Amino acid sequence: MHRRFIWMGAVSALAPVLSGCINVAAPDEPIVIELNVNIRQEVIYRLADDAASTIEENADIF
Amino acid sequence: MAHSLTRKIALGGAVAALALTGVASTAIAQRDPAYAAARSSGKVGEKMDGYLGIVGTASPELQRLVDDINIKRRAVYAQRAQQARATVEEYALTAGCQAIAKTVPGEKYQAPDGTWQTRTSAAPIRDPRCP
Repeated sequence: MHRRFIWMGAVSALAPVLSGCINVAAPDEPIVIELNVNIRQEVIYRLADDAASTIEENADIF
Repeated sequence: MAHSLTRKIALGGAVAALALTGVASTAIAQRDPAYAAARSSGKVGEKMDGYLGIVGTASPELQRLVDDINIKRRAVYAQRAQQARATVEEYALTAGCQAIAKTVPGEKYQAPDGTWQTRTSAAPIRDPRCP
């Protein structure tokens, strides 16, 4: 019983390795950099005015 | 006696003038001449992420200039982001939207596809999430 469990565990651990090779093909369309996709538009809208004044107040580094 | 008083007044005036110029220079802080030149010549540009980038080949001098400004920007973003209860990345991306919008014709900015563009009199190509 105990040995069977170990055997099953070993098989399931190996499954992804045994499932064949992975093919990586270059996409046809140009790669578009999706910067910080997790940042939602509403967050950007909320911060917009604050960020604008930050730029004004720190004109030497912007 | 009178002489020493005049001197005291003159000294006081000089101190006050110095203090005033000090205040004025911090209030209207301008771009460093080297940074201003690098911007207008298109050697540096505004990236989408809110930081400055080098457009062509990076010289050690230019790299130092850009690093210096980006470190300062990051410090400002971090402080303001905390006050606004946002992450530094969220704040920086928003500032990037604004900084790109504020570029003047001839300056470089990064388009959503990652390429460097030269700002014209037309509106810049920005991230669709930008306000």
